[in-house]
Amino acid sequence: MPAFLLKRFMQSIVLLVIVSIIGFVVLNLIPGGPLAQYALDPGMTEADKARLAEQLGLNRPILVQYFDWAWRLLQGDWGTSFRDGNSVLSVIGRHVLATFLLMGSSTAIAIGIGTWIGIRGATHRYSIFDYAATVGAMVALSIPTFWFGLIGIYVFALRLGWLPAGNMYTIGDGSVLDYLHHLIMPSVVLALVHIAIWSRYMRTATLDAISQEFVKTARAKGVTERRVLMKHVVGCALLPMITLAGVQLPSLLTGALVTETVFTWPGMGRLFLDSLGYSDYPVVMGLLMFSAILTIVGNLIADIAVALIDPRIRLA
Amino acid sequence: MTSQNNSKTGFSRRSALRMMAAGGAAGLIAPNLLGKPAFASTPPATPTGRIVVGLSQEPTVFNPLMPHIEVDDAFDFSVFDALFRINADGVIIPNLATEVPSQANGGISADGLNWRIRLRDDVTWHDGTPFTAEDVKYTLQLIVNPDFRAWRTTGHSLVRDITVVSPTEITWRMEEAFAPYLSFLTETFMVPKHILEKEADPNQAAFNQAPIGTGAFKWGQRLAGDRLELVANPDYFGEGPYIEQLIFKYIPDMTVLYAQFKSGDVDLVGQAYISPDHYQEAKNLPDRVVTAEPKGSVESIYLNQELPQLQDRAVREALYLAMDRTAIIDALYYGVPSPTETFMPPQSYYFNPNLPKQEFNLDRARKILDEAGWVPGADGIREKDGVRLSFSNSTTVGNHLREQTQQFLQQTFGEIGVEMTIANLPPAVMWGEYWGLSQFESAMVGITYLVGGDPDVTYRFHTDAIAAKGGNGSNNAQYSNPEVDALLVEGSRTFDPEKRREIYFKVQEIIRHDLPFLPMFAYTNVYGRKAGIEGFEVNTNTRTESWHAAAWYWA
Repeated sequence: MPAFLLKRFMQSIVLLVIVSIIGFVVLNLIPGGPLAQYALDPGMTEADKARLAEQLGLNRPILVQYFDWAWRLLQGDWGTSFRDGNSVLSVIGRHVLATFLLMGSSTAIAIGIGTWIGIRGATHRYSIFDYAATVGAMVALSIPTFWFGLIGIYVFALRLGWLPAGNMYTIGDGSVLDYLHHLIMPSVVLALVHIAIWSRYMRTATLDAISQEFVKTARAKGVTERRVLMKHVVGCALLPMITLAGVQLPSLLTGALVTETVFTWPGMGRLFLDSLGYSDYPVVMGLLMFSAILTIVGNLIADIAVALIDPRIRLA
Repeated sequence: MTSQNNSKTGFSRRSALRMMAAGGAAGLIAPNLLGKPAFASTPPATPTGRIVVGLSQEPTVFNPLMPHIEVDDAFDFSVFDALFRINADGVIIPNLATEVPSQANGGISADGLNWRIRLRDDVTWHDGTPFTAEDVKYTLQLIVNPDFRAWRTTGHSLVRDITVVSPTEITWRMEEAFAPYLSFLTETFMVPKHILEKEADPNQAAFNQAPIGTGAFKWGQRLAGDRLELVANPDYFGEGPYIEQLIFKYIPDMTVLYAQFKSGDVDLVGQAYISPDHYQEAKNLPDRVVTAEPKGSVESIYLNQELPQLQDRAVREALYLAMDRTAIIDALYYGVPSPTETFMPPQSYYFNPNLPKQEFNLDRARKILDEAGWVPGADGIREKDGVRLSFSNSTTVGNHLREQTQQFLQQTFGEIGVEMTIANLPPAVMWGEYWGLSQFESAMVGITYLVGGDPDVTYRFHTDAIAAKGGNGSNNAQYSNPEVDALLVEGSRTFDPEKRREIYFKVQEIIRHDLPFLPMFAYTNVYGRKAGIEGFEVNTNTRTESWHAAAWYWA
């Protein structure tokens, strides 16, 4: 295990360096830059913009800028946001909780419902339920989250008035109940796509497991059908799901890009879009590194978890 | 704008309007004999209630002297004060100063070089420290401090020999006479010396994240990515504030912003307002007040004067005649904006209403081109001396209204034998060097010309402002007319509003004749607020709906 971890760590470092170089170069290749937002600003002269570029160090060669950024990062300095003057870590820190709360609840919903649909679809193969689940999954996967969000707001907030039209809290309230009330729509909308993916994978994995020899053996030994399903089939079918969860972890962040915009949820997805829009390089780079680390950690945890649970796999 | 010394507590246009509105309402409801007279709509004695302003961009810059965008103005105007304020009629009135300096009252010397400002003695910072002339001096010096990341420095860079005469009086000398400086000062917010001078680096000061001003509202808290909460400053020296809490809520999507206005989460729709396609529906919403008001920016087609086919004034005039503006405004912009002939906003004191009105007349356009020697070639496109009358038009890719307008124009231009191709670019590319250094052939663009309501447009139309030729400015059409150059210089050195008005009337006349750009319409913002919010007034001489939130209250 320690050798495995060391190897993975070294691989991760190389990966992060590559990601950072590509990210930095691509970001700087986009014409315009952080000062373009002042292009149509009345009274802002070219001389003012040149002075600001000098003061922010934007007129240095890109290589110099990259190494300056990387050197500071190694020392733990993630840089300062051009847009609001705060350190990048504190900017990310202020948005990370909102996203994780949204991700957490939507993941719980997706895993819970998706697993159930998947197992039921497999055990009741070719039933009306199975067909409905298949069609439902197709619909959920093919319709953009943005559209789901707007429809949700129209129906449940504007027409029925049951749920708030976005935001994390009612201004001036901020109780846990109020927060949960606001959480329902965005987490369900964000979960929809993941329920679809999860249920499809779970259905296939369950079908695989059902036809395994050890399931037949268990049935032959007279174990009840319910116990066969819960102990043998589901346990076995969940194994590939752990890997899937690890891979899906960063994709929840990208899903949040859209959901957070529609529901005015102050999370990292929106921070990323805004920072990109204003060419706030330090924050965009910070978020890029953050999600790269998240991807690596997600995969690592999945690998370790599978190895711990599945006796057939050994890490080396 | 004219300068006059009416005190803010005096009888203002706002109070007049309020009385008229109240009187009208009283007339309507009097037969019902409601228990409460309509005149009861007066501000509360102590700040009461909360107003949530929905903004489609997030205010993030809290030091008003640092580079910021339009949406940050909502915050700056609420928490800080400038020496002067420009009101909705374009009149500069005193704010932290007690009078607006002029050559008539001796505040500005006859040669325009020496300025004297008298300040109020009853102003305190939010931490209780008195505001004095030292703060003014510190602010003006900080802006030109080379180590400080200041926003724009125009005008400030001309200031020399700042002298604090007394806590309530300050003088300085200008390197050259620059009349627009008065307007710049309406957007130059004063910062506290006693706090910032202790900071090693003003760029990274703690002040920048929790500022202290003199304004009607104090810093409450910021929930990054979500909202900004300001609280009433009970010790404010001026009118108001009448509400306890002013909240700027960030809602990044325009459709969602409108949805939250409908659902009631947002009390007042601020920057970037209600999109025109929702205007008809919004007008009929119950318990909402929705109005379309002209704003300070003009949509136009910029024609690059260095292109041989666009150098000919006859061509520019013919193109203008071939623009079906009414159809574009009605069909694409829901009839919301209003046509204009000039860069000057219609509500400006300097707006010239006597300019010839554009007409859509393809026959006349063809005749003008015929007379100028542009004859149709084999493919129907006109030519003259080997130059084809063909050019590209560029704007931001993905702006559907502009893309449709381009197709409209392409069609009518085609009917007079002019070929216009479409070459749109992503925003960062479009507004980078392509625009800044005049690499475009023609461009569709919305521009705010005035700074702080001042009519000076030297940086847009003076020959020395062509960045593509090494000039300092944004004369992107590369327009050059010696007569306009001379008038612009004269205008920037003239302090008397009446005389300036004459000058800028003439400037507008010449530019309307020369047509370096083809004006399409003056932009209109659709403002929306809940019924019951009183004291709200649109001021297009500023860039924000929240220019005077101090006066807002719930009836």
